[in-house]
Amino acid sequence: MKQNTLYLTTQGAYVSRDHLTLKIEVEKELKLAVPIHHLESVCIFGHSLMSPPAAELCWEHGVPINYFSENGYFIGRWEGVPNTSVLLRRAQYRVADDRRASALIARQCVAGKLQNSRQSVLRSARETTATEERDRLQSCATDLASLLRMLEHVGDLDEIRGMEGQGANVYFGVFDFHLRQQRDDFSFRVRSRRPPRDAVNCLLSFLYALVRHDCIAALTATGLDPFVGYLHAERPNRPSLALDLMEEFRPLLADRLAITMINRKQIGPKDFAPREGGAVEFSPTGRKAVITGYQTRKQETVQHPVLEQQCRIGQLMLIQARILARHLRGDIPEYLPCVLR
Amino acid sequence: MFILITYDVSTVEKAGRRRLRRVAQACKDYGLRVQNSVFECKVDAKNWVLLRARLLEEINEKEDSLRFYFLDADVTFEHHGTKKPIDLEEPLIV
Repeated sequence: MKQNTLYLTTQGAYVSRDHLTLKIEVEKELKLAVPIHHLESVCIFGHSLMSPPAAELCWEHGVPINYFSENGYFIGRWEGVPNTSVLLRRAQYRVADDRRASALIARQCVAGKLQNSRQSVLRSARETTATEERDRLQSCATDLASLLRMLEHVGDLDEIRGMEGQGANVYFGVFDFHLRQQRDDFSFRVRSRRPPRDAVNCLLSFLYALVRHDCIAALTATGLDPFVGYLHAERPNRPSLALDLMEEFRPLLADRLAITMINRKQIGPKDFAPREGGAVEFSPTGRKAVITGYQTRKQETVQHPVLEQQCRIGQLMLIQARILARHLRGDIPEYLPCVLR
Repeated sequence: MFILITYDVSTVEKAGRRRLRRVAQACKDYGLRVQNSVFECKVDAKNWVLLRARLLEEINEKEDSLRFYFLDADVTFEHHGTKKPIDLEEPLIV
């Protein structure tokens, strides 16, 4: 049974309960009726209303409701009583208090990110026809590989964070060369966020928000506390562990999808709108296109490198959260990030 | 499991009209209405037990008819004309 996520992006949608189904109406017109057992979560972007009985139906079936701003900023989450895996949480906190053990996990997260970035860069290098760009991409891959080798001997958290930053610099330095279409409209100079200042940054930020939400959901479902992390320092309201878990998925899921959607022209300059002060945000059609792309990608199946099983890309985050939980409980010596070919 | 449910509920009496409403509601709770008395349900084993028991409870064996078709994963079908249902496994965006 494939369970699905319901996304509400139309402003002013109203969700009500009809026995065991959710009814979604826009301006009193019925758009959709979904039996609750088809859903694993509901994501509301901007202003849509959910009736209390509808929320209760979600709660009864363990379906969390996630609220986002219109632009995809994660605001909050509504879910029933969390599962009480106290022992796992205590193990998680104990590791967080131990700098050496924290560094071990942080290093694996960064290693996963660097390896997936490298695979992505090499793939674009294979696909490009321009010699100079191929050389730049390949030298980036070499740099990432040497960072990976250096990472093996680093045991200090701050040094690990430094290398993650170096890796990101090298990686985003050649990001432009991934694009084979629409280069004029999607030029990328530097990563900018809060607010994103060009279309590529806007696209990346939005996708990261979607991945981040899935990571928070996966960790919560596993019984971990998404707010106590290892690579990312703790700060109020910062889901540090979700950000840790996300690192390996950024190149794999978000960046690759952004590149593919631009190259296939599934998204174009008309899907973005400039705002006063130099920020760029999505138009409603753009937002829908990206969510569709993301959901479709999550339904694709891949072979998990550690489990050696076929699984949906959408399940990977949950699997990784469980591998992390096993490491925290002491069942396996280290956290194994998910690295795909 | 992918199950096709079809039914005929006698609506001569008031009690029959009530049964019809309740049978339709049970099907709506677990699946998609594809035609007036035809529902497609994608359910796991647990929900199938619940739905089946609920339907058998509702109908009157002497007057009504209820049929379940168990469809394999590789079943194919075509649709023409109006009332085309949505696919609940595709991205759901409103």
